[in-house]
Amino acid sequence: MKSFRPAIHGWLLLLPAAAFLALFTHYPAVATFWHSFFSTPKGNRPARFVGLMQYETMLDDPIFWIALGNNLVFAAATIPLSIVLAIVMALWVNEKIAGRGLLRLAYFTPTMLPMIAVANIWLFFYTPDYGLLDQIRGLFGLPAWNWLGSRDTALMCLIVVTVWKEAGFFMIFYLAALQQIPPDLGEAASIEGAGRWYFFRRVTFPLLMPTTLFVLINAVINAFRLVDHVVVMTRGGPDNTTSLLLFYIYEVGFKFWDIGYAASLTMVLLAVLGLVACLQFFYLDRRIHYQ
Amino acid sequence: MSRIVVSDIVKDWGGTRAVDRIGFVAEAGRLLVLLGPSGCGKSTTLRLIAGLEEATAGRIEIGGRDVTRLPPAERRIAMVFQSYALFPHLSVAENIVFGLRVRRVDAAERARRLKRVAELVGLAGLLERKPAQLSGGQRQRVALGRAIIAEAPVCLMDEPLSNLDAQLRHEMRSEIRALQRRIGMTMIYVTHDQTEAMTMADHVILMREGRIEQQGTPEDLYTRPASAFAARFLGTPPMNLIALDSVRPHLPPVASEGALLLGVRPERVTLVASGVPALVEAVEYLGADTVIQCRIADQPFAARVPGHAPVGVGDRVALAWDAAEQHLFRKDGGARVESAPPERTGKRPAANAR
Repeated sequence: MKSFRPAIHGWLLLLPAAAFLALFTHYPAVATFWHSFFSTPKGNRPARFVGLMQYETMLDDPIFWIALGNNLVFAAATIPLSIVLAIVMALWVNEKIAGRGLLRLAYFTPTMLPMIAVANIWLFFYTPDYGLLDQIRGLFGLPAWNWLGSRDTALMCLIVVTVWKEAGFFMIFYLAALQQIPPDLGEAASIEGAGRWYFFRRVTFPLLMPTTLFVLINAVINAFRLVDHVVVMTRGGPDNTTSLLLFYIYEVGFKFWDIGYAASLTMVLLAVLGLVACLQFFYLDRRIHYQ
Repeated sequence: MSRIVVSDIVKDWGGTRAVDRIGFVAEAGRLLVLLGPSGCGKSTTLRLIAGLEEATAGRIEIGGRDVTRLPPAERRIAMVFQSYALFPHLSVAENIVFGLRVRRVDAAERARRLKRVAELVGLAGLLERKPAQLSGGQRQRVALGRAIIAEAPVCLMDEPLSNLDAQLRHEMRSEIRALQRRIGMTMIYVTHDQTEAMTMADHVILMREGRIEQQGTPEDLYTRPASAFAARFLGTPPMNLIALDSVRPHLPPVASEGALLLGVRPERVTLVASGVPALVEAVEYLGADTVIQCRIADQPFAARVPGHAPVGVGDRVALAWDAAEQHLFRKDGGARVESAPPERTGKRPAANAR
């Protein structure tokens, strides 16, 4: 009997957290999976089992494909850009330069701001005529441009905001990792005649790989769950050019109240994220040196 | 050919002077040791020679070339760090050939040199391992291998053995020395361990507070310490230093002006029937000899006598030493005072004999 007591103790300690996780994460996930095989209940018509019908609808839904495509473009642009920017910024503020503390704070500020505040700041930058960007354009005699209202630039504008917000956050992780690298590695390399770029490529970057994997997973998840900026800045427009997956799910679920279809869309989103996470863990993890 | 000449170098850190106008010559193919307590500026001096720090003033020449303002890579040196500074994600082989890859040495040449160096430092079977899979001694060998594969004429070592246990340190000491002789490189070796300095060096530079306290062969430093500091720094147990006045009545007359310290090496002291009276405080039997910790007029004084000494704690003993074995230092500042060995007759000796 005695040997059970530590185990019971442990379970009891975990119980509150586990209960809330089950209630708000695990149960909804399973429930969503279940609902994705049912039709949406309407008025006096209860939900009925429809099998894969929702998924078939999805295949024929042009908006879904647009949202997925937008999201892929969005991910393909924001992830590498914010990671590269984060590394560059971290390398810079890791150097002994004057005002280093202030610079670090400045880079981290976007992360501390609430998403909605960020979106509003940038909404002002992008405003036609009197927004910051157009005022600068005006100095060069260029005409006003409706940044968020134009099909060509709306998604790009969202990408810029996201990179701006994420890079500072990722920089903190890189900065922490850089400070773990002993300075005498750099000295040893400099005696061997390695230049800065060579040293970065052969030593610093490989030693940062565990951080990069962590940041990459975060970046992918963030890229597919972004919805706040879209809601505040574009609401998916113009002409669905900025509709991302989660925003589309939000629209389907809470504007059109098509719960069943929203559930199946959510499952697709989950599957995409799960797949990416597996790839990262099982492929990249093996090629990374952990200290 | 790769003689190192350091002239009047100075290094200031903000307001403090770490290295204060130091000058010395490391002869080609010799092993020079920079010795001193921590904070004496020895590592800084080495880093100045390596080019990892820039000298505030002064001049450094390697092989007749002024390298004072050159980056480390152009000084044609190799360096072994106290922490070894191995690249944790690279294999032993890649660590060793790192510099060759930087310099784009072709693959065949790389492999040839790697094979030779791996045998030289005894790592032949471990080339595919990562540093984390090696013992401290093996990591040390990798660092050594990386230093010698470049075939640089100068090798700088910054306390390379301080992370090893005593047994291994002893082994590596002779290995490094043998390697240095075989390759014929000029080596500057920084350590705070006087045993390493005594056993390895051709030439020792003893540093203190950013300056050179004394330099010479290990024997010079041991037999003729230039100051009370040098006298205490070398030897285990260190040289006894007591106020001359407290033992004057028991000694033959010694010429002196002002307050002096009398120094005697513990191993030169013998137990005698009548001599300087001392009280035994502790007895350390070491097998080959015994260190008797005594007090003379309330000042600590050690005697190292061969074999087992028939004394116990609390005994009163009489100590004696040959007058030629005593050293005199100024109490104020510790500078050496030359004095001729006094004769038994009590005649005043002439100054500055010897």
